Amino acid sequence: MSIWEYANPTRFMQTSGKLLPLVSVLSFACLIVGLVWGFFFTPDDYRQGSTVKIIYLHVPSALMAINAWMMMLVASLIWLVRRHHVSALAAKAAAPVGLAMTLIALITGAIWGEPMWGTYWAWDPRLTSFLILFLFYLGYMALWAAIENPDTAADLTSILCLVGSVFALLSRYAVNFWNQGLHQGASLSLDKEENVADVFYFPLLVSIAGFVLLFLALVLLRTRSEIRLRRASALISRERLS
Amino acid sequence: MIALLQRDLKLAIRAGGGFGLGLAFFLILVVLVPFGVGPNSDILSRIAPGILWVGALLSCLLSLDRIFQLDYEDGTLDLLATAPLPLEAAATLKALSHWLVTGLPLTLAAPLLGVLLNMPSEATLWLVASLALGTPALSMLGTFGAALTVGLKRGGLLISLLVLPLYMPTLIFGAEAVRRGTEGLPTGTALAFLAAITAGCAALLPFASAAALRMNLR
Repeated sequence: MSIWEYANPTRFMQTSGKLLPLVSVLSFACLIVGLVWGFFFTPDDYRQGSTVKIIYLHVPSALMAINAWMMMLVASLIWLVRRHHVSALAAKAAAPVGLAMTLIALITGAIWGEPMWGTYWAWDPRLTSFLILFLFYLGYMALWAAIENPDTAADLTSILCLVGSVFALLSRYAVNFWNQGLHQGASLSLDKEENVADVFYFPLLVSIAGFVLLFLALVLLRTRSEIRLRRASALISRERLS
Repeated sequence: MIALLQRDLKLAIRAGGGFGLGLAFFLILVVLVPFGVGPNSDILSRIAPGILWVGALLSCLLSLDRIFQLDYEDGTLDLLATAPLPLEAAATLKALSHWLVTGLPLTLAAPLLGVLLNMPSEATLWLVASLALGTPALSMLGTFGAALTVGLKRGGLLISLLVLPLYMPTLIFGAEAVRRGTEGLPTGTALAFLAAITAGCAALLPFASAAALRMNLR
């Protein structure tokens, strides 16, 4: 039993079919608990007032926006090395989800920034690098959409993902050099003594779990429909030949 | 190798379109900016280095889809792929010839156009230095983008969506070097990063471009 068994589409469809309802229900449960707890049962921050509560959407979506790209990078590498079609389709499926996460992070950040910084948008390094990440997602999806042959499309988008990762990372540090930021440092980290206060911390963890599971559910769902789409087009072309 | 480079250069210069076009576009862009922001020379001199950098970026972009498209259509690219010369070397040469016909003239023309924008004279040296260091990276990245989209009928718009995000670090360091140089601050870090990007691109991107070409020719 190894993970490579799931490279077989039939095997993947079986397991993901069982997994999908479970993951979706868990994700909705976590999201509802995390968001309701966060929005209604935590105190207001003494400086930021109730605007602090946008953290329950902003932080998890920003986290997933970056992790979605990481997942695409790993899936692209697997496709380039081992040529498993499920892997390429999973990378394709993750891109729009990652794009949506980036957009949520940008929009919630803008909504929070208006009362706090007095502006919806500032050319702050973190904000700018997220905008750049957004553009990378757009380019990646446009390349997928433009190429007809699915294998060539998977190859080329994988290469783009590899090169893009390097340059996205480079941009991340370049913008630090370019402008000093308004954005605060990381709110959560594993090696730091001081994180956000516990009252905010636990609901935040629950909603992060909800977002991770939501991402997983959406990617599984989209990968399944990509596989079905691939099967349908194979059937159609076989029909046409006979 | 030399023969391929000579052929590309001759084609670029004699076949029309590619060589002068980028430069003319650069000129027009610089002429348009004062109409957009007003003829106030203070504002113009402040934004001149940035405008010239963005203009260089866009002029570079203009000729990218010509790098491989013609060779792809008449089958030269297939011959290059089967030739004893590795495809990586061919991709490097393509990038080099693209730089010689766009990046280099842009670098040389930038000080002249800077006069039009009332650019402070101390910025000129830094602008030329940063363009000379940065534009090879632009050509390398552009060759990669062209290799990705070579099989497509309408690759022109897509190429800009793919390549412009990749151009951002180069633009940031390039424009930052000029800005710091103009204000009398040390520019070493920015120029070193710019050189590092160019060196890294030259080392790694030919492999990515050649891989993309092979996938497209399969």
